[in-house]
Amino acid sequence: MATINLNVNGKKQTVDVDPNTPVLWVLREHLNLTGTKYGCGIAQCGACTIHLGGIAVRSCQLPVSSVENQEITTIEGLSENGEHPVQQAWLEHDVPQCGYCQAGQIMTAVALLKNNPTPSDAEIETGMNGNICRCGTYLRIKAAVKTASKSL
Amino acid sequence: MTFVNKHINRRSFLKVSALAGGGMVLSFSWLAGCKPTTKEELLAMPKEWFELNSYIKIGENGTVTLYSANPEFGSNVITSMPMILAEELDVDWKKVMVEQADFFPERFERQFTGGSQGIRQGWTPLRTAGATARQLLVLAAAQTWQVPAEEITTEAGTIIHKASNKKAGYGEMASLASTLEVPEEIKLKEIKDFKIIGNSKKNVEGQKIVTGKPLFAIDHKVEGMLYAAIVHPPGFGMKLKAFDGASVQSMPGIKDVFSIKVFNDDYERNVFDTATFDEMVAIVGNSTWEVLNAKKALKVDWEKAPESSFTATGFGGNKSKIVVPSGMENSVDHKAKMAEYSQKPGNILRKDGDPEAAFKKAAKIIERTYSAPFLAHNTMEPLNCFAHVTADQAIIYGPTQAPEFIVGTLSNRLGLPKEKIKVNLARMGGGFGRRAYSHQMVEAALISQKANAPIKMIYTREDDMTSGVYRPTYTATYRAALDENNNMTAFHVKAGGIPETPIAPNRFPAGAIDNYLAEGWEINSNITIGAFRAPRSNFIASAEQSFLDELAEEMGKDPIAFRLELLDRAKTNPVGEKNDYDPARYAGVLELVREKSKWDSPEPNLHRGVSAYFCHNSYVAEVLDIEIQNNKPVVKNVIAAVDCGIVVNPDAAANMGEGAIVDGIGNAFFGELPFKDGIPEKTNFDKYRMIRQVEAPKSIEVHFVKNDIDPTGLGEPLFPPVFAALANSLYKATGRRYYDQPFAPQLEMQNLTM
Ligand code: FES
Ligand code: FES
Repeated sequence: MATINLNVNGKKQTVDVDPNTPVLWVLREHLNLTGTKYGCGIAQCGACTIHLGGIAVRSCQLPVSSVENQEITTIEGLSENGEHPVQQAWLEHDVPQCGYCQAGQIMTAVALLKNNPTPSDAEIETGMNGNICRCGTYLRIKAAVKTASKSL
Repeated sequence: MTFVNKHINRRSFLKVSALAGGGMVLSFSWLAGCKPTTKEELLAMPKEWFELNSYIKIGENGTVTLYSANPEFGSNVITSMPMILAEELDVDWKKVMVEQADFFPERFERQFTGGSQGIRQGWTPLRTAGATARQLLVLAAAQTWQVPAEEITTEAGTIIHKASNKKAGYGEMASLASTLEVPEEIKLKEIKDFKIIGNSKKNVEGQKIVTGKPLFAIDHKVEGMLYAAIVHPPGFGMKLKAFDGASVQSMPGIKDVFSIKVFNDDYERNVFDTATFDEMVAIVGNSTWEVLNAKKALKVDWEKAPESSFTATGFGGNKSKIVVPSGMENSVDHKAKMAEYSQKPGNILRKDGDPEAAFKKAAKIIERTYSAPFLAHNTMEPLNCFAHVTADQAIIYGPTQAPEFIVGTLSNRLGLPKEKIKVNLARMGGGFGRRAYSHQMVEAALISQKANAPIKMIYTREDDMTSGVYRPTYTATYRAALDENNNMTAFHVKAGGIPETPIAPNRFPAGAIDNYLAEGWEINSNITIGAFRAPRSNFIASAEQSFLDELAEEMGKDPIAFRLELLDRAKTNPVGEKNDYDPARYAGVLELVREKSKWDSPEPNLHRGVSAYFCHNSYVAEVLDIEIQNNKPVVKNVIAAVDCGIVVNPDAAANMGEGAIVDGIGNAFFGELPFKDGIPEKTNFDKYRMIRQVEAPKSIEVHFVKNDIDPTGLGEPLFPPVFAALANSLYKATGRRYYDQPFAPQLEMQNLTM
């Protein structure tokens, strides 16, 4: 066990955990931020995507000790009530089916648009390719990213 | 949920006064249980709620809450079913709140999500419930105003008596309405007067989903909750021999290690009581990470499982003995065995005319064999469950499509009466049939019981992928007899699988051919199987529709025209009486897809294939276009035509359809779970390839046939035809037919990039 200082969604937090614990489980179980999802645990599905200093990363393979005091943003920290343009675009296109993958999709999309505010179709496809949606909402995801890119 | 748990008649929504307890009004405290969402905050909360029936409560200020009774796994019944209520209740959708009901068999008829039956079976009961509540409000107003009820109209939550110029909101009449006797006869709206049904409404949980609210069972947490993981045999045909709990007992955060047994030995299982491993080890601890570390370190010995058997009760109540064979099976052997069975006579499932004679006389016989592997469901949310079992009650909160089928199992295993078991329904991170089998709820309950604490048990992805209940593997051989003039004189399908045949013998093209034979066979296995999006149809459609495509080509006919010819025969002069499809509606979707895809004037670079299928009472035809770009087959367009009767929520329906198409393309290209010595050879998404954004079609159009027929299935019917639409267009693109799923390895062998 070790005391780890975290900066999550602009809030300083301290957790007492095994330093190897992936950030995913710390968020979900120690900080009660369950928007970040477990899907595979091996960085293959994107359900656990968060931002580390504004960059999209897989939290399931990220030991908590490696992110001390770095700026972490989760889906809960993206906006107060879903006002972020990407969330709004998701609602406009009514993207989700089961919804389980969507927090990860949104976090990936936000980071993608930050790097490339006007991505082409092909750039959206490759940019979003790391996030599996078992329900197959890919076309709506793509459409929502395009809509968001116009309003950002 | 804020129901008061009383003993209420099952059809209570037609007996309001009894429910209200002899004039006493049930009121609810809305904010007791859950945090309000933005919409709830925007709508002023009433001081008191009046329950008009199981589905509807109205506040004194006119706010309406509708309960969605069916478990939600992504088909958006949580929006579309309340839309049906709202339509007949005649309220403003913007002023409606929807709440997921928990499992409550005394109040709700069918809390089951599966078989694409939610809307179909809910249609009349929900309309009736909405119309009944509306009528009670009208009667309350008639009584209050002393005017005839027949003169009263309603409009979006307002009750109006024109002659006396009186108006009241629903909220003002709700108190009185909730005490009135339910009228014997209820008039439903004319379809032409629908205002909500047929107009797209956004997912009522959209806001919660995009903001990451805890909606899923895996997100659930209570004070003092412990975390649990299971360790199950690594393969089929294996069982637990011994484990060394002490090897991990002292690891950080570990509370307990023990084994659990899912069923009592003498328990008679129901159709959804499929569980692959009867015995497993459970590890309980303070956090998932600590429990997973112990799971990796635990020393366990497995041994070969001998043949075993159990009694199961089928749908009709008939009991049968199920034998689970011993042995560690291999995909290679499966293939060889299926090839062997394909050569032997099968069980005759349907026979018309004299197919043997026709085949003997044939000028030409075309024979093709198709196959598909086992598939894992791979719902994005892995199996998990929260359970809190104490000496006298159990609270179970887990993803399940079929609560009514697991509550008896829980009761038997926990030794608690059903009334003491509360099954709460979580939004599910996908279902696809997998969550009709809810053994993990029993496992979680047993762990909680033994650990004497509330627990949340999570399967790892590896546990989820390797714990069975798969889509079976299948093989089908099709034969057609042609005469000298290239007319089809006989048709023969023989198909089977491990462990079931995929044939629906009375479906198309049965009924369209004089000499017809359908035979089935089955091979038993210890690999467990279960419903997977359009069970059986998902394979047989791909084989049949690929064969019809090849047959049309052989006969020199356009594939759509050929199907229409057969359907015309089935319509005008059907063979046999048991045909279970409507040829006119079937032809209707083919005609619609021909028009919408501009079938007769295809674009030059595109290779197109067509396919159609009927299942879950709905008709679907699909055209799929492939373009080879940089040596890679790219799905450019999929155009679907669907006849599922009235469409309640068109945009959500299109979303479902798009998803089914993407899912089908993914499984056709990549889906496969092979076995070696009983062990699944893929355990996570690094090896089990799922369709991703780049492989998804560039465009999908879903067109609905407009009619006034009561709604039929939608979640599944778009899935089966897409496999053959893909195979048939790939043939056009590459000149090769694809008989064996998945297609990607064969395409790679043709030096295409996949
Ligand atoms: S859970 Fe982290 S990528 Fe799948
Ligand atoms: S919406 Fe279900 S996995 Fe993406």
